[in-house]
Amino acid sequence: MTPVIELRNIERTYASGEIEVRAVRDVSLTIQPGEFVAIMGASGSGKSTMMNTLGCLDRPTGGSYLLDGIDVSKLNRDALADIRNRKIGFVFQGFNLLSRTSAIENVELPMLYSHKRLKSSQLREKALAALDIVGLAPRAGHYPNQLSGGQQQRVAIARALCNEPSLLLADEPTGNLDSQTSIEIMGVFQKLNEQGITIVMVTHELDIAHYTQRNIVMRDGSVVDDSPVKDRLFATEELRRLAEALHAVRLHP
Amino acid sequence: MKIRATLIMAFRALRRNKLRTALTMLGIIIGVAAVIAMVAIGNGATSQVENQIAALGQNVVLIFAGSFTAGGVRAGWGNAGTLKVGDADAIKREIPAAVAVSPEVRTNVQIGAENQNWFTNVLGESPDYFGIRNWQFAEGTSFSDRDVRGGTKVAVIGQTIVRQLFGEDDALGDVLRVKGVPFQIVGVLAGKGLSVMGQDQDDVVVVPYTSAMKRLMGVNSLRSINVEADTSDDIVPVQNQITDLLRQRHKIVGANGDDFTIHNQQEFTDAATATSRILTVLVVSIASVSLLVGGIGIMNIMLVSVTERTREIGIRMAVGAHGRDILLQFLIEATSLSSMGGVIGILLGIGASKLLSIFAQWPTLVSPLSVILSFMFSACVGIFFGFYPARKAAALDPIEALRYE
Repeated sequence: MTPVIELRNIERTYASGEIEVRAVRDVSLTIQPGEFVAIMGASGSGKSTMMNTLGCLDRPTGGSYLLDGIDVSKLNRDALADIRNRKIGFVFQGFNLLSRTSAIENVELPMLYSHKRLKSSQLREKALAALDIVGLAPRAGHYPNQLSGGQQQRVAIARALCNEPSLLLADEPTGNLDSQTSIEIMGVFQKLNEQGITIVMVTHELDIAHYTQRNIVMRDGSVVDDSPVKDRLFATEELRRLAEALHAVRLHP
Repeated sequence: MKIRATLIMAFRALRRNKLRTALTMLGIIIGVAAVIAMVAIGNGATSQVENQIAALGQNVVLIFAGSFTAGGVRAGWGNAGTLKVGDADAIKREIPAAVAVSPEVRTNVQIGAENQNWFTNVLGESPDYFGIRNWQFAEGTSFSDRDVRGGTKVAVIGQTIVRQLFGEDDALGDVLRVKGVPFQIVGVLAGKGLSVMGQDQDDVVVVPYTSAMKRLMGVNSLRSINVEADTSDDIVPVQNQITDLLRQRHKIVGANGDDFTIHNQQEFTDAATATSRILTVLVVSIASVSLLVGGIGIMNIMLVSVTERTREIGIRMAVGAHGRDILLQFLIEATSLSSMGGVIGILLGIGASKLLSIFAQWPTLVSPLSVILSFMFSACVGIFFGFYPARKAAALDPIEALRYE
């Protein structure tokens, strides 16, 4: 089976004035289809650069990056944009929905830039289906400012799903959310992962990383740890436990 | 990326900022409306002048006798006595394209009828004159060629003469005394109103030129000859043929000055419409400045818009928009702004010119060409001034743009 991600000796250096900053140093790793990976690290560890590289927003200065078997490390701007459109779904910390644009229109956005020629009725249908997966179909017509943070993030996930990507990339997806909503969002990710979608998530929250299958820890641009999660958390259980705890608090005032 | 989707996105973006969109379009609206209205007014004025001149007659060529000088006093056109009736006959005989010829003499005299009198112009003409000047009869008919040959005492009078001498009475068949000579009125001309120069064209008595020369003026030379060319293409050839013919008849050779002058209709039209053309050009150039300012307004707002929407651009690029998709989006936004402004301006301009013709009685004529040109120009303004901001947006780095606060 072709790995979704295959990094071979990836380097990313920035020239900042006289000094060369090596943000990512000689990273090699492989992620197979169906994996749920968390990339962790303190700020400045190179995980954001890693994310940009994996997301084809940035090109490595050395090494090669095979996404779904295609070497994308030498592609130009437009070709990278096409790869992003077809193979990658993005979920950001700040949701990054277009303001004053309804949820469904936000979800339609990647399809507008797709090479597939879809009729507007088909666009609508697919966008609604994607919203349905994250449980937001009834709010398709709402604007981002009418939705809670968790709901906005669900819209963003639906947007990431609509082009049926090989890889879902999430950059601190729970960074702006409270703990319960964070667990709910992780529940959405776990559900998607069970359906076979490969998810790579960057986070610095250890408990959030426990919902994934595999944790990669970075420090100073290098991978220092890469191990499977031992005591994995499941969102459904955690939410039930939370609800029970809340119930208990109410019973004993 | 589909053009339709881009168009929809552009309109959504413009709709989000209605007030800003309206204010940005205002510059273009005012510029286009001004151009349309001013061109309409200019065209209206020009066509009015052209109509007035056409009322003088179609394809008319006028030959004036040369200026005559006595003791250093120059007497002005028509007084040299160099044009003879024979010249007019020769023109009619030898130049086939000269379809109508009327020799002309004129004098200002006191006339009378019944118990009224009036000072007016008396013209001596041939019956062709009424055809050349495209002049209809309200009553009666023209005098005939036989009247011309016989020097009969018959007259055709204008509406002003009827009003001044006869009032409500029927003038036809009555006797008109010109310098004491009784003329029988055989025709009454339809009203023509004021000329381009503001003269009352109806204040006129027309008699056979032979009668005028013999009985009223005692002269044997003409003031001028009115000639009508067959078609407008014939005007210049006829003019040249007349020049050759008259030089030959007057025995003028080589570089010696002609003792006559020829003018044609076109010269009068050109002179009369030149002023309104200059005015139109001036106003249109002022309006173009307004369009330029409007364009700069669009550029300004598009630059603001690109900065404001940096994050949006980042998101679009992250989900797969190419640089040219972003370029197209902003270009379409700018062009929609300017061409919508153009359309509104065209409607306003047409409305304004219609209002002017209704309330200020100004003749206006909206030219389709000015409508098409203003629309194209406003669309081009959008493309031109939208290009720089759009290119700036398209060149953004997606990572930077996503991080932009």
